[in-house]
Amino acid sequence: MIAAVSNAFSVLATLLQVVLVALLGPLLIGFMAKTKARAEGRVGAPIVQPLRDLRKLLSKERLHARHSSVVLPLAPMVIFAATTVAIAISPLVTTHPLLGSSADILVIVYLLLTGSVAAALAGLDAGTAFGGMGASRAMTIGALAEPALLVAVIALSIQSGTSNLPSIIATTMTHPNWVSGPSRLLALVALVIVVIAETGRLPVDNPSTHLELTMIHEAMILEYAGPELALVTLGASMRLALLFSLIANLFFPWGIATSGSFVGLALGAVVLVGKTAVVALGISLIEIRSAKLRLFRLPELLAGGFVLSVLAVITGLVTR
Amino acid sequence: MILLLLGLGACVLAAVAASLPRRYRVPVSVSLGGIGCALAFSAAMRVLVTGTVESFHTTKLMPMIGLSLSLDPLGALFILASSFVGFAACIYCIGYAKGELRSRTAMSLLMIFILTLIAVPVASSIVSLMFCWELMALSSMLLILTDQLHSREARSAALWYGVMTQLGAASILFGLLLLTVHGGGQTFADIKSHSLALSSTVRSFAFVLALLGFASKAGAVPLHVWLPKAHPEAPSPVSALMSSSMVAMGVYGIIRVGADLLHGGTVWWWVAVAALGAVSALYGALHATTSTDIKRLLAYSTIDILGLVLIGVGAAGALYDTGHPGIAELAMMAALLLVVAHAGFKGALFLGAGAIERSTGTRDLDQLGGLIHAMPVTAALFAASACSIMAVPTLSGFSSEWLLLQGLLHGFVDRSTPTLIIMLLGVVALALTGGLTAVAFVKAFGIGFLGQPRSLGAANALDVAPSMKLAMALLVLPSIVIGVVPGLLIPLVSRAARIGLATSVASPVAHGSGLVLSRFRGTIEPALLLAGLVLVLATVWFVNQRLAQRSARRVDAWGCGRDLQTPRMQYTATSFAEPLQRVFADVLRPQSDVEVTHVAESQYYEQSLMYQNRVSDVLEQHGYRPMIDAALRIGRSARRLQNGSIHRYLAFGFVALLVILVVLA
Repeated sequence: MIAAVSNAFSVLATLLQVVLVALLGPLLIGFMAKTKARAEGRVGAPIVQPLRDLRKLLSKERLHARHSSVVLPLAPMVIFAATTVAIAISPLVTTHPLLGSSADILVIVYLLLTGSVAAALAGLDAGTAFGGMGASRAMTIGALAEPALLVAVIALSIQSGTSNLPSIIATTMTHPNWVSGPSRLLALVALVIVVIAETGRLPVDNPSTHLELTMIHEAMILEYAGPELALVTLGASMRLALLFSLIANLFFPWGIATSGSFVGLALGAVVLVGKTAVVALGISLIEIRSAKLRLFRLPELLAGGFVLSVLAVITGLVTR
Repeated sequence: MILLLLGLGACVLAAVAASLPRRYRVPVSVSLGGIGCALAFSAAMRVLVTGTVESFHTTKLMPMIGLSLSLDPLGALFILASSFVGFAACIYCIGYAKGELRSRTAMSLLMIFILTLIAVPVASSIVSLMFCWELMALSSMLLILTDQLHSREARSAALWYGVMTQLGAASILFGLLLLTVHGGGQTFADIKSHSLALSSTVRSFAFVLALLGFASKAGAVPLHVWLPKAHPEAPSPVSALMSSSMVAMGVYGIIRVGADLLHGGTVWWWVAVAALGAVSALYGALHATTSTDIKRLLAYSTIDILGLVLIGVGAAGALYDTGHPGIAELAMMAALLLVVAHAGFKGALFLGAGAIERSTGTRDLDQLGGLIHAMPVTAALFAASACSIMAVPTLSGFSSEWLLLQGLLHGFVDRSTPTLIIMLLGVVALALTGGLTAVAFVKAFGIGFLGQPRSLGAANALDVAPSMKLAMALLVLPSIVIGVVPGLLIPLVSRAARIGLATSVASPVAHGSGLVLSRFRGTIEPALLLAGLVLVLATVWFVNQRLAQRSARRVDAWGCGRDLQTPRMQYTATSFAEPLQRVFADVLRPQSDVEVTHVAESQYYEQSLMYQNRVSDVLEQHGYRPMIDAALRIGRSARRLQNGSIHRYLAFGFVALLVILVVLA
């Protein structure tokens, strides 16, 4: 009976997480755009603009490029499904999501990689120069960012003795002094660099550019229109929200619901919104202060992230 | 044992049946070979399930010394993989065997090759092992030449392979013989019981020699040079067998000699193994991303995956020696699971590459494109295997790499420096290769199968024979099974892992359909994850169907306002990998030339532009070339001594005699 109740609770918590993050993604993007606009002295579009854009796209006609195959319509679904499952099992609002025992760091990282692979294949599908360019650049950046991501989270896993995310967060809450330890801080810097690269923000990629030669993510999804574009965009913003929430929860887990109470769940949701807003604010401050890097300067930034994450592992081993 | 002997017998019959008249040759010998593989598979399965060890000895086949065979779970796991790929290769041959591969010699060599892949892991004496090992090397070397006896590349590849494998075999033989010098027989049981009495210098020396030979077979950098030459040139079923099963024999040898016969040895052996693995993984992954020949790409990715396997083996050995048998077993299980998983997806990928080559006439990715329209089934199977090798969750690559990471992660409990070095190297290599492998296989599938055809051959591609597709589908099966329900294989892999690292502790992975670590917090339930993915996909698909009033309209792709878009404007495999090639230029040392011809009237207008880009193996260019050149120089100067004059030879004899007399006097 208790198992059934806790299962029902987990299902509810997971649904809450998915819906919350699906809404949070576009809103965070709107929030970041708004912050940037304000910093530049403009009024800017309302925060809900990305959601309105999605609704507009849903009512548009579906268009497929002439030489494209089944990969083009399939890829958005794969991106969305992989991201949704990653969100569903991650400890975002509660440390007991459905399938939380399988919420391994490697599962999350490789689910996100699956989304990137699907997007890159979609970019290559129409057989155009832009799609190929976007796919090639996105995969290059991904290939350089992924090691830093993996090693940074491994640094956290070594400290906690497990690579299971809910357990890492639970052990962090019982060892508050870990958060300010050198290993965590190094890993944090590495993760911020990776998240900027993985979500295509400045200085890695400019989300608001449509200049053919500089865009990366936008070039890859150039052939999408209508509902499929909406799905790809929603998937990308959910990925952003997931990564922001993970950063927030791994380095400041307090506020997440640890028990099975509904009040805790509601509180966890509110706290999550607050924490991700803070992360978004921080990232948009970085964005305001930086210009887009040349493509071939990026490896230096990402290699820096990788070195920091390796250092995080080593300092973690030395100071244990 | 009877089952296995029957299987070996069927393979021998298959090799003999290759001399039948042309009409019956392929069907008869392929079905006999298939039966042989199926029998060997069931024999291996039986040993893995029951955990028994079966032996067989006869003096009839090899006079005086005799042939000793022994089937234990470790060998059985390798047979499981190689007989499965062998079975698929037999099916593939029904549709694939044309031209030279249909010849009497080639067919019979192929069957002998399959036979040896089953026989090597059961050979249980030095002579039996070396006999099977050499037969394996010889048959595969000749098979490289089947399709293209007259191409320079194939002959050079066979020569490289021949030299490297013979040097490796000599090294292995020397190493193993060292173990017998202080008494004991030449059977593995004898060696095992006497090896602890040997001095540690002798044991280390023997291990290093054996390691050199076996690592060269496993494609470990810097002994890998033969691999990216030989695998692409061989006919595709042979490449599949070489890449998925033959290279695994190198890993088998390292485990058998280091962990089993020498009882685990000392820690630094395993640091060497893991270091070889880490270097191979990175080097292989980097070259795979920049290769444009699809089979060469696959060959380099074999070096990459086998590198990861060696990291697992190294970590297991070191943890065993430092007193962590439970985690050691975890790492060894990960390595073995990766071997089995690799056999499946790499076999399927090579068979897919063979299908591409058959239907388009080229292996060059820069000439391919758009094949998904002509060969959808092959495309889907290739994509599934590529996803598996990229470690997409709920496929076999992911399950085994997760297990490997758990082994490394928990290996950090040991605080001695050598183990920490192994674990760090392993984590870094695993992290770096993950992203690079994704680039390589997005390129292989995206450039090869998607987009528009880049050549006439690709535009006129036809679908391949059903038997070829069936064989590929068969090899995709392990990717799905090991991916979705990895727990099924865990008891078998655990039994195999315990052969080398005998422990009394409970298995580190609990029984179940997924992977649940029994002593640490770590779980993945791929079946449930897959259910979640399918649920979301189905929901989205359903909503999408409801939303869509009509099917999508076909329009021209966005061309920046240009109407005309030619296939030449697409990204190619070379341009796809160019950013990474530039990032890693220091390691890869690419050579590119740009040749611009100007119009006669003005140098501001270009008439034609030629761009060449080549990434050759740095180690071959700067490591092996100088050695080969030196050897050739010595050979040339030695030739000056021999000018064919009988007087000179008599003078040599006379001088030699004088020297001997002086020395003796």
